[in-house]
Amino acid sequence: MGRSHAGRNCGDYGEVMGMENPSEPPGTALTPDEWRGKEIFFRNFHTKFTYSWDTGVAIGHFLEALKGGKIVGRSCSGCNRVLVPPRMFCELCFRPTDDWIDVLDTGVVNTFSISYVNNDASRREQPLFVAVINIDGASPGMGFLHLLGEVDAGQIHVGMKVRAKWKPAHERTGAITDISYFKPSEGL
Amino acid sequence: MNNKAGIEQYLYASFGPELKFGRWLMVSKAFTDKLVGNIGALLLDDKVAIVGIGYSGFSPATPSQSYKELIFDAASRAYAECSVNPRKDVESFVCCEEDLWEGTSITDEYAPDQLGAAQRNICTVSQDGLNGVATAYMHIKSGVASIAVVESHSKLSNVLSQSQVREFALEPYYERPILSDGIPVAAMQMRRFMHDYKVTEEDIAQVVSKNKKNGLFNQRSSYAADVSVEQAMRSPFVWNPLRRIQMAPPADGCVVAVLASAEKARSMTEQPVWIKGIGWNSASTSAESAISSDALYAKEAAKMAYKIAGVNSPKSYFDFAEVDDTYAFKELQHAEALGIADMDVSKGNMPAVAPVPINMSGGSLSLGDLVEATGLVRLLEAVQRLRNAERKRSKGSKRALVQSWRGIPSSSGAVAVLGVE
Repeated sequence: MGRSHAGRNCGDYGEVMGMENPSEPPGTALTPDEWRGKEIFFRNFHTKFTYSWDTGVAIGHFLEALKGGKIVGRSCSGCNRVLVPPRMFCELCFRPTDDWIDVLDTGVVNTFSISYVNNDASRREQPLFVAVINIDGASPGMGFLHLLGEVDAGQIHVGMKVRAKWKPAHERTGAITDISYFKPSEGL
Repeated sequence: MNNKAGIEQYLYASFGPELKFGRWLMVSKAFTDKLVGNIGALLLDDKVAIVGIGYSGFSPATPSQSYKELIFDAASRAYAECSVNPRKDVESFVCCEEDLWEGTSITDEYAPDQLGAAQRNICTVSQDGLNGVATAYMHIKSGVASIAVVESHSKLSNVLSQSQVREFALEPYYERPILSDGIPVAAMQMRRFMHDYKVTEEDIAQVVSKNKKNGLFNQRSSYAADVSVEQAMRSPFVWNPLRRIQMAPPADGCVVAVLASAEKARSMTEQPVWIKGIGWNSASTSAESAISSDALYAKEAAKMAYKIAGVNSPKSYFDFAEVDDTYAFKELQHAEALGIADMDVSKGNMPAVAPVPINMSGGSLSLGDLVEATGLVRLLEAVQRLRNAERKRSKGSKRALVQSWRGIPSSSGAVAVLGVE
């Protein structure tokens, strides 16, 4: 704690064990003033790291397709799967994948979570729905993380059919957020 | 391959002609001695070999590939070299990477897929790739695995705040308030080394000129150039006495190595490169302790590796060395620590010709700084040179020394002793 005398009133081990009031901890309590002031030494440090990741072939093409309002995957003729998001290699077969496949912009909620608070623990006016969507046309269990919208918390369920709500073409930038959210695609 | 089948196969390979012509009755004492010796060697053969090595990238930037695609390429080549199916044959994967160079916390979680290691035995060593080789070597020696894979890569072109990452490595309480980058630590190490060993500016420039020119013969070198000693001495100072040309510029790339037990190795490749000894060491952290004229980590790591390999006089044992030269002076400092340089302080000069040729590949000064992958780059260069020499039946290159350093402000390094016999 940067303060050599912090334990000066502690006494020795025997005294501590024989304390009359065991609920009162040994030592000197820190006061708020000591904490906020300069008496306790801290070393603060802030930094900022900037990265610019190459998207590569697979994710580059995926993002380009999103900008065009489409979701694409890659097929593997080794295990006959369609991988979404796409990758240039199959992690199960360890071989290059074969072809680009257009999949649908609909899917099924695999799992979801609902949050009523923001990162700083403040209350949200509207709850946030996060879900993993299994995309139609991809192999079972293939899909990605996204948000749900135009739905009430009580209506969301595992297996719910959803459809992508795309941003208008002129707002799309080649990012996963070119899809605003997924919304229910049929009667609940 | 069980031992009996192994012995039969080995006998046939070694004594085919004798067996074929049925000259059993003519067996001499020399023959029986050889026979007994070979069987003994086979039964006790717990050696570890590098059986495959692949790479990708080696460029200042690799915009056409993601890091995963870069790794898949290098791994595919390494596996093809020794006909390994990573999904079935490899029993241990080791990847060496650092979160801040990747920009992802717990970045090793993203390592398995592109190595063929999904749902298999993988671990990360947050160190230079040569330390990963030491881990894989131990996995094989201990019997945990008979085939193991080591991977490391650099995507430094994607890290826009390289100096901030180096700053983040400095001691936070009393160094970071003074320094905002690690490079001055290298400059101060250099000055102390030059002072204690009476190394001149010209000596350092000779290292630059030699490595930059050596790189011209290496297809992987992005920064090779025909630089004279005089030109090297005119390069601008970054932090005096450190000049720009004496620093390895950043590069992207990936190296994947496949290691195997002796039993497996012989059926996987005709050219196993044996790891005869390996060692690693961390001296002590923080800049002020790193500022020593000696590279203690290299000295201690070498001591460990030499003991395992039975190297008594490194100057005559090794045919060539691949040594860390992230900063030009480091090559001399490391060579001295490894015992392969004649540095006579009393004479106040460095020899023009080292007893062991160093960095014939061009070193990091030509190939670039690949951060955690640098040790595997040195390994790749040594393995390829050993194999090429064997292919040409040249007698000159049979034993190699490989050394890595973890970079500023670390005092960590590893050493491997390689041989084709």
